Amino acid sequence: MPFSLRAAVKEIQDISFLTARTFVSAFRRPYYIRDLLVQMESIGVGSAPVVMLTGFFTGAVLTLQTANTLTRFGATGQTGYAVSVSLVRELGPVIGSLMVAGRAGSGMASELGSMLVTEQVNAMRALGTDPIKKLVVPRVLATTVMMPILTIAGDAVGLLGGLAVSTFMLRISTNQYLGSAFDGLENVDVFGGLLKPLVFGAIIALVGCHCGLRTYGGTQGVGRSTTQAVVNASVLILFFDFLLSRLILNYT
Amino acid sequence: MTTAVLELKDVVKSYGDRRILDGVSFGVRKGETKIIIGASGSGKSTILKLIMGLEKPDEGQIFVNGAEITRLKERDMVPIRQHMGMVFQESALFDSLSVRENVAYRLYEVDTDEDEIEQRVRKGLGFVGLEDAIDKTPAELSGGMKRRVALARALISEPEIILYDEPTAGLDPVTSRKINELIIALRDINNVTGVFVTHRMRDAFTLASEYAENGSGEVKFKREGQDLCIANTRFLLLRDGKIIFEGPDETLRRSEDPYIKRFLA
Repeated sequence: MPFSLRAAVKEIQDISFLTARTFVSAFRRPYYIRDLLVQMESIGVGSAPVVMLTGFFTGAVLTLQTANTLTRFGATGQTGYAVSVSLVRELGPVIGSLMVAGRAGSGMASELGSMLVTEQVNAMRALGTDPIKKLVVPRVLATTVMMPILTIAGDAVGLLGGLAVSTFMLRISTNQYLGSAFDGLENVDVFGGLLKPLVFGAIIALVGCHCGLRTYGGTQGVGRSTTQAVVNASVLILFFDFLLSRLILNYT
Repeated sequence: MTTAVLELKDVVKSYGDRRILDGVSFGVRKGETKIIIGASGSGKSTILKLIMGLEKPDEGQIFVNGAEITRLKERDMVPIRQHMGMVFQESALFDSLSVRENVAYRLYEVDTDEDEIEQRVRKGLGFVGLEDAIDKTPAELSGGMKRRVALARALISEPEIILYDEPTAGLDPVTSRKINELIIALRDINNVTGVFVTHRMRDAFTLASEYAENGSGEVKFKREGQDLCIANTRFLLLRDGKIIFEGPDETLRRSEDPYIKRFLA
């Protein structure tokens, strides 16, 4: 049987252990600043096009669907409100994070998995380097820092996508759309919309590195780890989205 | 008698239900090279990983330079590993780094001055005859060149102990010979202690029967004979997780044990 309770508990134990080691290692010398910047560039700049593209279409389709529903209640003018709240609170962080999990999380798992099966990780240890510090900490920090920035970009482009649809297809005026969009947003929405990608970023990198560093079975194992990294990170993102949403709504 | 630089005492190691090493004990003296031979899966590479602290034994003790490393944490292994180098079976060069960066890796880790890094990298690559490949990436190198770069990387910090995990596996005879000569030179001229894992008997007997001399700036390789008998290289044969032979090549060749005879055939 591929899935068992024991395996699930072991998985949680391993990833908790990796999280603790990563946290402690982040404060200990040596600091791999160059690796951190390389990862920030790779994860942040590299993922920006896909996050913005999905953000644009998410905003556009959300506007179409929301306007369609609101028209029935004679509230088409509130389309911007509904779109901005949905985008900033939920869809921006979640869809952006799922995209980054698919792109960067899978990349981390395959890169680290390949390094493991070709003994590069052991070589690194033999040369006196802690792989957690050198490989995991820069990736976790970079994804955690870049994910909120990517989400801001994705949200902004999503609102533009919504604006394009509302202006050119639904004939809602730009002022009305943008006015209701910004009126609808409260501080707690922005706070929640930035807290979520921060947590999701850490999840993506920790799961990607964890799956990569426990790869076995050669190149076939690398493929398996890559798939697991994306699936596990996606499920965890949705699970933590529920928890965080519940937590944030308690304060509104 | 010189005390052992490396020592394993009753080491047991299992992967799952399979016992790979079953009470392995041996020592390696300073300047000695121990050649570990055995069939595939007999635990040869596992011994190297245990000595390097990359794996932990289930039972037994391991000593490096007199210090017990059996239960040391990863962080505490760092100073121990500074005295050791390891050449991995498939080279294990870092794909994303150039030859220069691969060889200099350990020096970058300890914030060595750039000029000194350049000088030592060139010296290391010069020793393995690959100074021209300094700016290449591992993908541009042949299998033999990768092994030589891996050797240069292991040598960069001038370790007292080097562990060789089948450094000639899959290489042509000419390249194997070149690597064997480098290992002999390290043993006889630099007095480096080594553990050489292989299943290629030809390479093993080359190491056990040839020695290097540094004459007038040029290293020369000679076969042992009536004048000189190599005493700093001994064999260790593993079978089913146990050592079934330990001694010099002459005794190994003369063994009447049916398994050893079949293994050497």
